[in-house]
Amino acid sequence: MSIEVKNINKRFGNFVALENVNVSIPTGQLTALLGPSGGGKTTLLRIIAGLESADSGSVEIEGTDATQLPVQKRNVGFVFQHYAAFKHMSVAKNIAFGLEIRKRPKDEIKDRVAELLELVHLEQFGHRLPSQLSGGQRQRMALARALAVEPSVLLLDEPFGALDAKVRKELRDWLRRLHDEVHVTTVFVTHDQEEALEVSDEIVVINEGRVEQVGSPDTLYDSPANDFVMSFLGPTTILDGTLYRPHDIDVFTHPGIEGSIPARIVRELRVGFEVRLTVELLDADHEEVTVTVTRAHQRSLGLSDGIDVWLSPTHAAAAVPVP
Amino acid sequence: MSTPVQEGRTGLSRPTLLNHNLTVSTGIGLGISMLWFSLLVLIPLSAVIAAAAAGGWTEFWRTITNEQTAAAIKLTVFSAVGVTVVNVVAGTMIAWVLVRDRFPGKGLLELIIDIPFALPTIVAGLVLLSLYGVDSPLGLNFANTGKSVFLAFLFVTLPFVVRMVQPVLEELDEDVEEAAASLGANRFTIFRRIILPSLAPAIAAGAALSFARAVGEYGSLVLLSGNLPFKSEVTSVRILSAIENDNRAGAASIATLLLVISLAVIIVLDLVQRKVARRG
Repeated sequence: MSIEVKNINKRFGNFVALENVNVSIPTGQLTALLGPSGGGKTTLLRIIAGLESADSGSVEIEGTDATQLPVQKRNVGFVFQHYAAFKHMSVAKNIAFGLEIRKRPKDEIKDRVAELLELVHLEQFGHRLPSQLSGGQRQRMALARALAVEPSVLLLDEPFGALDAKVRKELRDWLRRLHDEVHVTTVFVTHDQEEALEVSDEIVVINEGRVEQVGSPDTLYDSPANDFVMSFLGPTTILDGTLYRPHDIDVFTHPGIEGSIPARIVRELRVGFEVRLTVELLDADHEEVTVTVTRAHQRSLGLSDGIDVWLSPTHAAAAVPVP
Repeated sequence: MSTPVQEGRTGLSRPTLLNHNLTVSTGIGLGISMLWFSLLVLIPLSAVIAAAAAGGWTEFWRTITNEQTAAAIKLTVFSAVGVTVVNVVAGTMIAWVLVRDRFPGKGLLELIIDIPFALPTIVAGLVLLSLYGVDSPLGLNFANTGKSVFLAFLFVTLPFVVRMVQPVLEELDEDVEEAAASLGANRFTIFRRIILPSLAPAIAAGAALSFARAVGEYGSLVLLSGNLPFKSEVTSVRILSAIENDNRAGAASIATLLLVISLAVIIVLDLVQRKVARRG
């Protein structure tokens, strides 16, 4: 394990940011700290980096106890949401900064900077100032700057949070490919479940200062530990006292399957290839259930407003009892 | 899509030197600013220089090399330079404390900093006289010495660097410093390579203001300094006595020299500032 976080507690005044957090982050993998804003994930990342100190607990990086080490001595690369570019230095100077601090020979710095500029596809921009770059380019520069010192772990705090949707998606794919190339242990904070599911090898779900679940994207999506994890990773709906995903509920136009629940479609909403149906159960409470079907499926069954249907969860659907 | 782009091209390739593209409102704005600036600054300054030049180069040289005048110029300029250096360090430090630290009485300190700005200079002079004069309650008697000039300069120029640096410091992102720290930079290196280059323009501007203010200072020091020739007489007092002796050309000569020195200092400060801001 590359990073061992043990029994971390952190308060800001009366606010409990982290409560008894234990996390092991595997070497060479891309791990996401996923959770809602204010849930403590950034605080945890900053404590791992040494930018914040925990009230109690310990942090171990690559087998050495780093709890008392200042940020300068932890050999971590940190990337900030808003780039934290050194505005008065050129892109190349920004990247060279950590190497200059380490007093490496000039030639070596020059070669390494050229290498990194190539890695982040900024070869043409070395002499420019950060203000002359786009947001995505600035973040790639920040990444190169952090990688320059060959950190034992790379920590990214909402790295794509300040970028627009399209660039965010591009950079996300690019980060995944970069990580396959560089293999440095990477931890990144995000509140975007799609980003976490798409990019990471492992996800740590953090909410209200506690770890809710740790696992691969598949594990988290297919067998969520509780209703929070399930609803945070995607849309959910309640059927028969159980939480399901809207696409995990089958819709029939006849009461064929045993135990299927009679209902009536009250609304339909088409979004691209999928159709979201709001279905009202025909029991006493008239509960509303959301079901998602593909456009093709909707057509073939002729599903529309006012039609009577029967609902049944699909086989092996992810399900969590509603507390 | 391609047509408007081409139109844009032709627009750009038109000879732009002949076409200033001033709209009516910019034209009026620029005109008024220039007129205002000319009336208040350019014409009076030219008049002073013209008056100094009236006697010719030898007269000018004779005036400023007059022993008493030269001593006054030396005292004024050296004191002003010294005060500016002190302000650069102390002012930056005070701004730092005001922005980065939290302590009881911070609001009060914020207020007190501006007092030298707000106080009529003669009141400042009276304050200094009662504190550092012959009957000093502190036992510090600087009356009738060159030190009193330095002290008065220090008092009136205190806020300049503080007030120039403070807003810039407030705007600095702390994550930039954290980024530098995560790359291994210690606090001193962070200050020197990350913070100082961002502050340099503000520090230079504050320094220029405090130097210019010191060179021309009169009210706050006349009481304490005693205006003793060769000892505690400053240029502004020298100019006044030249006027009183009906020696306008002499007064204008000294004034012109001060003008040149101030200009030179501003240029030097700007060069230093650019160098510091580019370094890092």
